[in-house]
Amino acid sequence: MKSDSLFLIGRRLLQAAPVVMGIIVVTFILTRALPGDPAVFFAGPAADEKSIAEIRASLGLDKSWPEQFWVYLQNLSRGDLGKSISTGQPVMEELATRLPASLELTLMGLFLAVAIAIPLGMLAATRPNSLVDHLCRLVVTIGVSLPTFFTGLFLVYIFYFLLGLSPAPLGRLSIIHIAPDHVTGFYLIDSLIAGDFEVFRAALYQMILPASTLAIFALAPLARMTRAAMLGVLSSDFVRTARASGLSRKTILWVYAFQNAILPVLTTLGMVFSFLLGANVLVEKVFAWPGIGSFAIEALIASDYAAVQGFVLAMALMYVLLNLAIDILYTVVDPRIGLEG
Amino acid sequence: MSAHFRHLLYVMRENPVTFFSFVLFFLLMALGLFGPWLAPYDPLASDTANALRPPSWAHPFGTDNLGRDVFSRVITATRLDLAISVAAVSLSFVAGSAAGVCAGYFGGVTDKLIGRLTDTIMAFPLFVLAMGIVSALGNTIENIVYTTAVINFPFYARVARAEANSRREAGFVEAARLSGNGHGRILLFHMGPNIMPPMMVQISLNMGYAILNAAGLSFIGLGVRPPTPEWGIMVAEGAKFIVSGEWWLAIFPGAALMLAVLCFNLLGDGLRDLIDPRMRT
Repeated sequence: MKSDSLFLIGRRLLQAAPVVMGIIVVTFILTRALPGDPAVFFAGPAADEKSIAEIRASLGLDKSWPEQFWVYLQNLSRGDLGKSISTGQPVMEELATRLPASLELTLMGLFLAVAIAIPLGMLAATRPNSLVDHLCRLVVTIGVSLPTFFTGLFLVYIFYFLLGLSPAPLGRLSIIHIAPDHVTGFYLIDSLIAGDFEVFRAALYQMILPASTLAIFALAPLARMTRAAMLGVLSSDFVRTARASGLSRKTILWVYAFQNAILPVLTTLGMVFSFLLGANVLVEKVFAWPGIGSFAIEALIASDYAAVQGFVLAMALMYVLLNLAIDILYTVVDPRIGLEG
Repeated sequence: MSAHFRHLLYVMRENPVTFFSFVLFFLLMALGLFGPWLAPYDPLASDTANALRPPSWAHPFGTDNLGRDVFSRVITATRLDLAISVAAVSLSFVAGSAAGVCAGYFGGVTDKLIGRLTDTIMAFPLFVLAMGIVSALGNTIENIVYTTAVINFPFYARVARAEANSRREAGFVEAARLSGNGHGRILLFHMGPNIMPPMMVQISLNMGYAILNAAGLSFIGLGVRPPTPEWGIMVAEGAKFIVSGEWWLAIFPGAALMLAVLCFNLLGDGLRDLIDPRMRT
């Protein structure tokens, strides 16, 4: 890696700071926007004047807004997101135990989407108006219009009820299997570490439908962008020159065209991940997946306030991290960066 | 025959998909306006003797677990689903274009502040932010509308900013300024009409997303409460019966939702062809 790449990466890290600050301010505002008095809310229905005042003091609600924000920042830096009312556990702990389930599912969905969308888009771009191209267009149009929860239920009906190919949509493992020892929290990886292929297979089967649901959703924008970017690159001057110089079709496609076409696709990947994190919540509900999305839905219904805000903050930070990773990858992949250095 | 109308006819003839989306659009509007009178049964009337019946002539979409007619419920729901998303999209259109036009026209600090605001909203996964705002504001239908408006605000602000920015030095703006128009008048009567076409395309493309978002929120139990017929909540209620094979409870409202979103997405593509022939693909 060239030194100017490192410089760009460093500058990108600095640029993320105001975004993170913005996220923290918004989540702070959301925690103070509770309708009514938060102290009364947290004290519960049986509380009297004195206990409400105590809770107000313990939550720091008797202080001014800037002071409260300072306390909020201090708590955050200690990883303290408050306590969940419904479970009585610290929100941070609740989120941390459920995060691997969500992450495993989302990454699997993203992986499936990328694995299908990029070849599909490339094939469509190299053969305009062919059958593949029309298929690509159809997938793109239908894909963006399908509500994720509907796709999920539809797949359950076909593959579980009608065909009996897939296990019941009830979480990460059916009850006859025991979860592998916790190493990464990803069942697929943990079961391999434990050498238990039976559990690996069961976990994989359990994951196919929800991951496909996410993939169908994420497929459309990725395939559309790959096709458009590839079409643009293939009609550019440098590809014409490469072709005229007699380079093989394979070299032109993979070395010259692909490297350039992948850049806008990487940018789209960030946006797709934003949608996926939202869609993940819906898919977790459909498949009773024990991730942070299900936790957030339960918290929302129970008005478990700290839990929801912790969830929003965690998701936003995850999204920022992913965008950072994509940008860093971008600087590494971009053939134009590093040439001047 | 005016040139616009001829162009419209041309686009329709050339692209049957756009024609299909226009037809679908008028059908949706008709169902939204007259749905309650078109539904053959009362969408709330339960008939437990006829619960969970599969589709038949009497009940084309079958009946649900309380014996309510799914067809009537899907039709009646059109109005609420469209109303929520139209209200939300109108709000974010008005606020977003006002903010975006100011940012693009004035530049400087205004531009920086509005840019920072849109960036901050976009820094969140939008559906997740929507969940957070609804939980903070309270779980009601109005708040679903406001929330959907907030998360769509950046899209309008960005398009309006780009369009206004490219026109701030344009001849007609300079002329308006020289004839003594104030900033307000220039923005409202000169800039406004000129950025309308791209904004209309944005509205149409955004409607589908707004419908999906609102239905997603009600699917997880926010906003609309049972027994109100609404597509998202109907799919949620029908989800329990999918595993035992009563597919019609969830699939029909889900399909209606999908058609509505598809309609607006295709319409957006079609409108873009109509307004900007250069971008036709």
